[in-house]
Amino acid sequence: MTLIPSIGQPVSRLEGYQKVTGAAKYAGEYKAPGMLYGYVVNSTVTKGKITRFDTAKAMSLPGVVEVFSHLNRPSVGKFSLQYADMDAPPGSPFRPLQDDEIIYNGQPIGLVVAETFELARYAATLVEVEYATEFFQTDIRPNVNSARSPKIGMATMLKPPPPKPKGDFQKAYDASFAKSEGEFYHSTEHHNPLELFATTTIYEGDGKLTIYDKTQGTVNSQLYVANIFGLKYKNVRVIAPYVGGAFGSALRPQYQLFMSVMAALELKRSVVVTLDRSQMFTFGHRPQTIQTTQFGADADGKVNALHHAAIGETSRFEDYTEVVVNWAHMIYPAENTLMQYKLVELDVFSPLDMRAPGGATGMHPIETTMDDLAYKLKIDPLHLRLINYSENDASLNRPYSSKELMQCYLQGAEKFGWDKRDPEPRSMRHGNKLVGYGMATGIWEANSLPARAEMILTKEGKLQVNSAVTDIGTGTLTVMTQVAADELGLPMEDVIFSYGDSKKPFAPIQGGSFTVSTIGSAIKAAAGSLRKKLFKKAASMKNGMLKGLELEDVVFKNGRIELKTDPLTFVTYQDIIAENNNEPIKALKFSVPNVLKLKKYSRATHSAAFVEVEVDEELGVINVTRAVTAVAAGKIINPKTARSQILGGMVWGISKAIREETITDHRLGKYMNQNLGEYHIPVHADIHELDVIFVEENDDIVNALGTKGVGEIGLVAMPPAIANAIFHATGKRINHLPIHLNDLL
Amino acid sequence: MNTNFPDIPASPKTTFSARPVTLRINGNPVELNVLPWVSLLDALREYAGLTGTKKGCDHGQCGACTVLCDGERILSCLTLAVMKEGSEITTIEGVAQDGELHPLQKAFIEHDAFQCGYCTPGQICSAIGLLREGKAETRDEVKELMSGNLCRCGANTNIIDAIMDVKNLSAHE
Repeated sequence: MTLIPSIGQPVSRLEGYQKVTGAAKYAGEYKAPGMLYGYVVNSTVTKGKITRFDTAKAMSLPGVVEVFSHLNRPSVGKFSLQYADMDAPPGSPFRPLQDDEIIYNGQPIGLVVAETFELARYAATLVEVEYATEFFQTDIRPNVNSARSPKIGMATMLKPPPPKPKGDFQKAYDASFAKSEGEFYHSTEHHNPLELFATTTIYEGDGKLTIYDKTQGTVNSQLYVANIFGLKYKNVRVIAPYVGGAFGSALRPQYQLFMSVMAALELKRSVVVTLDRSQMFTFGHRPQTIQTTQFGADADGKVNALHHAAIGETSRFEDYTEVVVNWAHMIYPAENTLMQYKLVELDVFSPLDMRAPGGATGMHPIETTMDDLAYKLKIDPLHLRLINYSENDASLNRPYSSKELMQCYLQGAEKFGWDKRDPEPRSMRHGNKLVGYGMATGIWEANSLPARAEMILTKEGKLQVNSAVTDIGTGTLTVMTQVAADELGLPMEDVIFSYGDSKKPFAPIQGGSFTVSTIGSAIKAAAGSLRKKLFKKAASMKNGMLKGLELEDVVFKNGRIELKTDPLTFVTYQDIIAENNNEPIKALKFSVPNVLKLKKYSRATHSAAFVEVEVDEELGVINVTRAVTAVAAGKIINPKTARSQILGGMVWGISKAIREETITDHRLGKYMNQNLGEYHIPVHADIHELDVIFVEENDDIVNALGTKGVGEIGLVAMPPAIANAIFHATGKRINHLPIHLNDLL
Repeated sequence: MNTNFPDIPASPKTTFSARPVTLRINGNPVELNVLPWVSLLDALREYAGLTGTKKGCDHGQCGACTVLCDGERILSCLTLAVMKEGSEITTIEGVAQDGELHPLQKAFIEHDAFQCGYCTPGQICSAIGLLREGKAETRDEVKELMSGNLCRCGANTNIIDAIMDVKNLSAHE
């Protein structure tokens, strides 16, 4: 019997049993003898100085062990550079408890450590703090005059600046047959993974720590801790097998990690620090952004002038940037373009990548402007996209490594029933509800990064695969097991993928839809090396059937090395291990993307989203009743988990379009809805029919696997498709997100 | 696990003391020594060592802490442990019987009804309570009556598919 390849199979998550039985343990759920509980005290003002920090009442409670603040913080991590992590933007990273300065509302200013959680929480309310407050600014809108170009730094490599202007935008726009322009705004958003940020630091003695951290990068947290506290890298082990959602929020080490480690080292005891839900709003966020567009087209609908400008928020201490304005010209090949991106410094914490950072922000203006242009031209919105279809990335004058967006448009439209759309706004009804159909294009980059992977064929004939990578719920464990199984021709049951541990071979942070391509490529490289070693051993066996053959003559399948031309000529892996004196055979490889080859191409995933909304004419209530997203994302390793990624992205799109936003009282500089009752994300009753299509896309350039990643592409096209559907239903073009019912009354 | 707690001076005149509380958790009597301010959620997670029940908000807004109390779904974060003396508490750890997964647990795996898995114990316990209540008949009613359980990964449609599968299966039995 020949083994069916695992890649392409809709395999259920391998950790499913642990997750449905409660056996899966998350960062704040580990216990150690004598463990202490930390509770963070946060600033209640936005800017100024702490003038009094009185811990007497808190310390008087029996069971309170210590209250840390800037007054008694251990003298570690004196230099800003020690706090720079793998995802740090240019600037000077935040240093918890560094001094008496308050630079944003909710800033952590103390840590109460006590014998129980309840006691630490209570004692935190007894800490008395007084401040000398200073003038601050948190609203981007009155501060656009201070917008400036972002600083360049390491992080800029993954976030290229806007492309250079092309042609003469203004002249072309002025002469355009049809013009559309808009001003757009979206408010701050917070990631709000359901798991609260937590770190459990197990104090091992001898300068050694074992840390269970909520992170998207075990190595990132390891380096951060070792650098700040002056510990040896090998003495800091960060473990994160289960991560209860992150969506970008755990790309950078958050302050509970610093607090937990600081307290453990000072008190020489194990310490867990778990944030509460309101504290989940006191670090990174998607930045509020103002955007403007001006698109012009000729009478045939050909877009000849594109202008997209964005002003994003950043903190006073780091220049957080996003790729917001680069996308329009990657999709539509206009001859005249002008793209601009600037930042406004405000008294907030540094923004942080949040699912499809920049893409989710930029695609809404781009695709609603295209929709408006279609109406001005009296051309069907889908047809306008087809008129402006390009096989090349005009912004960089290079071809795509692959681009099956056309199939996304066609298959998505077919499945959705786009041809049943009456283009006239307010023309379609369902009872007393106005019905609208909207569509939009999506695009996201297909990147990969360097990583290391180790493969060991054990004496039991199992394949052990090791990587420090996390699985934040995306399905990494399952998908990497599938990749490894096929590489050696083994059933998945014979593959053990060990991950989520900084002791394992290096993996970068998990995000940006690059994990499958990055870790998958490393596994492929390690597998190539392991196959060579196995074959060398097999070919040297005295009475082996493969004696004297070449590597090109054989295949690795069914747990053995077989002659291509005659499967009955083979050596089993077990025989090879026996020949190796029953010792395991190992391969460790570092894989680096082929930059020279890749730079000749643009690499991206594409999507087309089609959405039906119903709007109650009297009440303005909006429901997304139906949505189809067709995705071209290269090779899909696991259609089941990949579909879930796209579904999740679609729900995020619905949320961004009509539900979620962080509301700031700019008089206080404070977020006012720091809880899940008032920070609205969709509930089950808000989510209706969602459909996903993966169109076939072959790509032998992007990486050895042909994968492009599916974490963000499900999100980006949904907000504009929904906004366009709302316009079609109501005749109202609302350019700020989220769109509320009162906007439609 | 913590067993010795300091008394807490609530005010100059009163002091809270830890007191023993006996809960029946997943069929077994468990005696916990807790202060009156300990929520059922924290009693389970921090004192009984059962971390399967999750804390997502501690405010009754997310549903991650849902457990079954005498067969009914409740939010353990809005319940004090001392209020449940003698009650039968079923947590996610007690849903499978003799190593055999509950039909909902199997359906959640089959339908990929979770990603990060953090809301999953609450979703499953809530769904067990929902099916037992017998109020929800249609898919829309199931969605409505499951809406106290948030899922940030966006597995909503798969979660409802899994519940409908089990609901239809038990209706046909």
